[in-house]
Amino acid sequence: MSNEEKKNLGAVEELSEDMKIIEDLTKEEYKWGFVSEIESEVAPKGLNEDIIRMISEKKGEPEWMTEWRLKAYRYWLKMEEPKWPNVKYAPVDFQDISYYAAPKKKPQYSSLDEVDPELLKTFEKLGIPLEEQKALAGVAVDAVFDSVSVATTFKETLKEKGIIFCSISEAIKEHPDLVKKYLGSVVPYTDNFYAALNSAVFSDGSFVYIPKGVRCPMELSTYFRINAQETGQFERTLIIADEGSYVSYLEGCTAPIRDNNQLHAAVVELIALDNAEIKYSTVQNWYPGDKEGKGGIYNFVTKRGACRGVNSKISWTQVETGSAITWKYPSCILQGENSIGEFYSVAVTNNFQQADTGTKMVHLGKNTRSTIVSKGISAGRSNNSYRGLVKVGKKATNARNFTQCDSLLMGDKCGAHTFPYIEVENDTARVEHEATTSKVGEDQIFYLNQRGIATEDAINMIVNGFCKEVFNELPMEFAVEAQKLLAITLEGSVG
Amino acid sequence: MKELTKKENIKDWYLKNFELFEKQMNGHNHELLKKVRQASLAKFLELDFPATKNEEWKYTDVSFARENKFNPVSTDYKTSLTKEDVKNIIFGNFDYNLITFINGKFAAELSDISADSDKIIIKNLNSFIDSHKEIVENYFAKISSDDNLFNVLNGIYMQDGVAIYLKEQSEFSKPLQVLYLNGYSEENLLIAPRNLIVVGRNSRTSIVFNYYGNPKASYFTDAITELYLEEDSSVDIYKIQRESLSSYHIEKFQAIQKDRSVLNHYNLNFGGRLTRNDINSKLDGENIETHYYGLYLGKENQHIDNHTFVDHAKPNSMSNELYKGILDDKARGVFNGKIIVRRDAQKTNAYQQNKNVLLSGEARIDSKPQLEIFADDVKCTHGATVGHLDEEAEFYIRSRGVPEELAKSILIRAFAADVCDEIKIVELKEQINHLIFEELHRQEVSY
Amino acid sequence: MLTIKNLHATVEGKEILKGIDLEIKAGEVHAIMGPNGSGKSTLANILAGNSNYEVTEGEIIFEGKNLLEMEPDERAKEGIFLAFQYPIEIPGVSNATFLKTAINEKRKHLGLPELTPKEFLNLMKEKSKILGMDNDLLGRSVNVGFSGGEKKRNEIFQLLMLDPKLAILDETDSGLDIDALKIVSNGVNVFHNDKNAVIVVTHYQRLLDYIVPDYVHVLYKGKIIKSGGKELALLLEERGYDWIKPEEVELESN
Repeated sequence: MSNEEKKNLGAVEELSEDMKIIEDLTKEEYKWGFVSEIESEVAPKGLNEDIIRMISEKKGEPEWMTEWRLKAYRYWLKMEEPKWPNVKYAPVDFQDISYYAAPKKKPQYSSLDEVDPELLKTFEKLGIPLEEQKALAGVAVDAVFDSVSVATTFKETLKEKGIIFCSISEAIKEHPDLVKKYLGSVVPYTDNFYAALNSAVFSDGSFVYIPKGVRCPMELSTYFRINAQETGQFERTLIIADEGSYVSYLEGCTAPIRDNNQLHAAVVELIALDNAEIKYSTVQNWYPGDKEGKGGIYNFVTKRGACRGVNSKISWTQVETGSAITWKYPSCILQGENSIGEFYSVAVTNNFQQADTGTKMVHLGKNTRSTIVSKGISAGRSNNSYRGLVKVGKKATNARNFTQCDSLLMGDKCGAHTFPYIEVENDTARVEHEATTSKVGEDQIFYLNQRGIATEDAINMIVNGFCKEVFNELPMEFAVEAQKLLAITLEGSVG
Repeated sequence: MKELTKKENIKDWYLKNFELFEKQMNGHNHELLKKVRQASLAKFLELDFPATKNEEWKYTDVSFARENKFNPVSTDYKTSLTKEDVKNIIFGNFDYNLITFINGKFAAELSDISADSDKIIIKNLNSFIDSHKEIVENYFAKISSDDNLFNVLNGIYMQDGVAIYLKEQSEFSKPLQVLYLNGYSEENLLIAPRNLIVVGRNSRTSIVFNYYGNPKASYFTDAITELYLEEDSSVDIYKIQRESLSSYHIEKFQAIQKDRSVLNHYNLNFGGRLTRNDINSKLDGENIETHYYGLYLGKENQHIDNHTFVDHAKPNSMSNELYKGILDDKARGVFNGKIIVRRDAQKTNAYQQNKNVLLSGEARIDSKPQLEIFADDVKCTHGATVGHLDEEAEFYIRSRGVPEELAKSILIRAFAADVCDEIKIVELKEQINHLIFEELHRQEVSY
Repeated sequence: MLTIKNLHATVEGKEILKGIDLEIKAGEVHAIMGPNGSGKSTLANILAGNSNYEVTEGEIIFEGKNLLEMEPDERAKEGIFLAFQYPIEIPGVSNATFLKTAINEKRKHLGLPELTPKEFLNLMKEKSKILGMDNDLLGRSVNVGFSGGEKKRNEIFQLLMLDPKLAILDETDSGLDIDALKIVSNGVNVFHNDKNAVIVVTHYQRLLDYIVPDYVHVLYKGKIIKSGGKELALLLEERGYDWIKPEEVELESN
């Protein structure tokens, strides 16, 4: 076979994979809604300094960490909940939430055989058996199950390269210098209401450090789940790519059905030093609430990356299908000269879901570049907002931004909103923003019908086509999962 | 300048002045206007001047309004200005009717109105109320004008303005120029024009609003313009703002459009230390067309804020908006363009473009285009760009022997052309082109 | 293969077809001609099941089945293919994805196994060669950024790939230069055999020089006012439609 044939054949195989997904469509309500029965140790409801000390103590943290948490808590007390996102929800009672839940057993496994079979079953239901992933995808999985890491694999391989991939709790103990230096350096606890709350009570999360000149040989991945009833989840992720290094990090989420709204307020901080690159991909499918809009997760996340070094690059890719309310703006601070920020996003809302999501690209260094591609799909009675900021500072000579922001509406009861903010203080900047709104065309559906493709499949095909530019940025297995989620989320949304 | 000491409250000052103001109205205060003033006074107590925390005022700091006492104009100004002086200020070389206001007060001696049909009434508002009470009752102050303290302040202290009423099936044979000569005599005036335009069914008209400031004066123009377009009517509004560079200019323009009406609104901004325009249209009918064209030039330390809002309330209408900004020196531009397509407004087509060039390293632009779409069968796009003059194009032009400054002027001319080309009065188009270069102190490239 | 009886149809409440009768057998090529607005495209769209057109009276039997009861995709799987007058653009969906889905849906319907990627690729290569299509076109989004000629060529490419029983070509010749017209016609002739049938809807005779019809029908104001052999098309080319129109009066007075 010639190279071109191989290329074509590859493309076709990929496509047949796509098609299988469409066939996989099921009529289940929320496919991954189940409650696993692992006993949890749960902190009493409410928040005060004692609770924070308890969390810190349970986790065996050093004094400086406890102090940091308390400082954040005291600051948080003075803050007000933000009101400006284009979302509506019943007020959260912060004293009616339990801020800590840990599985009672806290074992250290060397192999998967030792892992609680109940937990393995849970992963199987999620379609991500650890052993298969190990074999197939070469993905090291640091599974965060209800706030505490219980299984970490591939550590040995990573260790050889000097890569640190562990829970943040472990990092606080084992690598305090790195944590002290970088934690809160991109998202200080003073940043916003939820970042302050997270800093005070964060339970666990991932820590990654890639040493100088190392290219991480595999995609790092953590699956988060919210499990114990009424436990707010406050993950904290810190990723540092030292000079000339590269890492691709995957984050995927599923959650069981719950009646009560669950609060999730994570903080993710990325730091890219000279010539380093971080690629951060998310597929988010938390419980969105039922068809009447009852239940569902509140997802108030602060994600931010700092391109500190010259020629550094941070790329966010996200596929958001879940949560009752999403409030999330993965951002890039482009400090280093020639640094690059990217944001690729698909946000789907159905029924009564509300999403207010977008990005901030802050150009501070010379010759910095950013690209924003946002695809919003609204169906049912949902509201989908893009809110983005492109800021070019006085010193950011020759900064470039391109933003493409498309909305697709399905049905006449939903809403699509675009709120881009463009702030330019340098005359050499070039900023371009384009936005369109459209619907799935009846003529398109008829055309596909005429070629023998049924309406539901035709819609999936059109929607996937609409999102193609973003899916292309995802690692293969994630892209497959993303398409699956999209199809399930939009099921039955066009008569 | 009368600046406030810290202990003084600016709101108290305006309230205190009101009694005096009313007395000086000397019977010119019509009952209908009194009602509006009273309602505005009540609202005045509730509100404050907007802070930058307010999303609608995020990029525009109006502390000038808190820190300065502006004197509401109540008495007529005995002008030494002659018709000859006025001729140099208005736009010429075409036939027009002219109505002039000095410091917001009607100046009959400098006006020249020859209504060519009894179907067309052009007057100052105060006399219009006497002759057309029902029209005023039906249309005046029907829009929401208590969004912010500036609108409310106009409601309290409005002096006069133009009233234009076209009955069914009528048409101006020549455009009307509305000239506001501001900042004459005393310093620190509060000038509050209040304009009302009612265009009956199947009527059409073209109106040039010309806000011109005494170049040396400092004052505050706080205007409201209401426009009603009945079925099948068509209106071109040109707003040309050349206030003094130490003055403040705020206008709220609100149009209500009925079925098949067409509005062309041109917002050409040259003057003012700080300018804020709110240009709103409610498309309250089907098969309506709304076109917004904007050109804003900033130099020195000018601040120009254009907020536009197109509200698609019903199906099958279209709106099209093109706003372009050229910012030099330390000027700052703000564009906020909102389009709402409401649930019922299926088959809407809405377009919006905002383009900016920065000519200096210290100029700044904040652009915020917004789409809010609640109907699914619509076509909506918006775009915003910021850049500088194309260096390659400049090089290309210079390589043909054109000096640098002229090459830049050619590119500025090219940039502004999309908006200028839409001006329908040819003579006006040429004069606007001239103004662009005059205002930017650049070598002119003729049209 | 296809029997149309007394077909009446409306678009947005306006009656466009006013009683069409037509019988098409396997192996035949039928040309439907007529001036603009006579209802040619309406007929083509109704056969394919476009819901913008409402059938108010009459029946259509295709291979013994009632076509009017079927959804558009069912009709396609049964073997009806419409080459669109204005092919639709579908951003982000490649031609290859689109065709593979369509072919496998049809194969599933017929109880055949799916094509392997290799088989599919070979089929694509074979068919695209007939039309002299650039391989790049196959990887590009369906009809997005295609020129008018490329779109029409792509329609015929899909025809060859899907190999239906009845092909309806709706103004396929419009917008084609003479070379493209020859290539497209050649594609249709490669497709046509004694087991399938072709309906050519066209305004001009020119396409019929290359795709030779067995029957020519003249559609005027929603009715077939004259039928004949291929020589009828030449007569129409020479004399226009006016000379037949009086017959309409006759028809109506009958």
